[in-house]
Amino acid sequence: MDALDGNAIGGLLIDAFGTEMTAAATTCATCDASRPVAELVVYRRAPGAVVRCRTCGAVLMVLVTRDGTTSVDLSGLARIDR
Amino acid sequence: MERTAIHGRLTWQVAKVVSVDWETASVATIELDPPSWTGHQAGQHLDVRLTAEDGYSAERSYSIASAPGEPLAITVERLEDGEVSPYLAGELRPGDELELRGPIGGYFVWGPDDGGPLMLLAGGSGVVPLRSMLRHRLSTGSDAQARLLYSSRGWEDVIYRDELGQYRDGARVCYTLTRSQPTGWTGHTGRIDSALLAEVAWPAAANPLAYICGPTSFVETAAAGLVELGYPPQRVKTERFGATGGR
Repeated sequence: MDALDGNAIGGLLIDAFGTEMTAAATTCATCDASRPVAELVVYRRAPGAVVRCRTCGAVLMVLVTRDGTTSVDLSGLARIDR
Repeated sequence: MERTAIHGRLTWQVAKVVSVDWETASVATIELDPPSWTGHQAGQHLDVRLTAEDGYSAERSYSIASAPGEPLAITVERLEDGEVSPYLAGELRPGDELELRGPIGGYFVWGPDDGGPLMLLAGGSGVVPLRSMLRHRLSTGSDAQARLLYSSRGWEDVIYRDELGQYRDGARVCYTLTRSQPTGWTGHTGRIDSALLAEVAWPAAANPLAYICGPTSFVETAAAGLVELGYPPQRVKTERFGATGGR
């Protein structure tokens, strides 16, 4: 499957965070690279998405939607600032 | 039912299809009239959801083609093996209803306050959000100069061809045709590369603001090429829609 970017999960992120997040700044917990959510590598897999660091490839976020609720695992991120 | 706006939540709503206009043999612009629309920024997209009778549903994102203040419209390329686009650009008729939510996105957006000069790079239907930006630039009287480099398979695949041909006064559009060229074509040919970008793009010294939208491989090549020319990465905004023509 072809990689997309963080723009593609703008709607999912609003489900999870309740606000626009594609312009939020992130820092990778593995390699310390910083970039906006929109520039991260995204693989969309129903029912959610896997988000990876564009520098080192580490998994930064996993989003899963089930029964109308979106859960998000942010353990790969050192920070996310909006 | 009374509609309650919940701050920060995107709610699905059913929009009426106002019109379907064909831009090319496989690309249609669909004007929509949603019951509740807060307005959008140039470059944003919306999510469309189709639900089958058995409850199976599929969602896709489509860039908004119209400028802020204009009636809401999306432009959709029909992908023959697609799940959603053959319905949108093929079956959908004026008067039909379509479930959508939006607007979405706060990064790949442009407004007059962001200034310029603008370097816009489009691969195929990646031109859609950039067209919204160009129209917004025009309607707001922005003095930001703009250049659009549009990579398309052939001349017959160029979306918004008549409209893009009319840009004057600080906006310039140039094309590269990658697969076929009409007889007598004097424009660029082949996929974008460093040499073409060096010829067409604003010099980095002009402090341009770049927006690149297209298939993933196009975006990677274009973004790397601009950074090679000296554009700071934070002035190069990108949006990828995968290997094919839609997201």
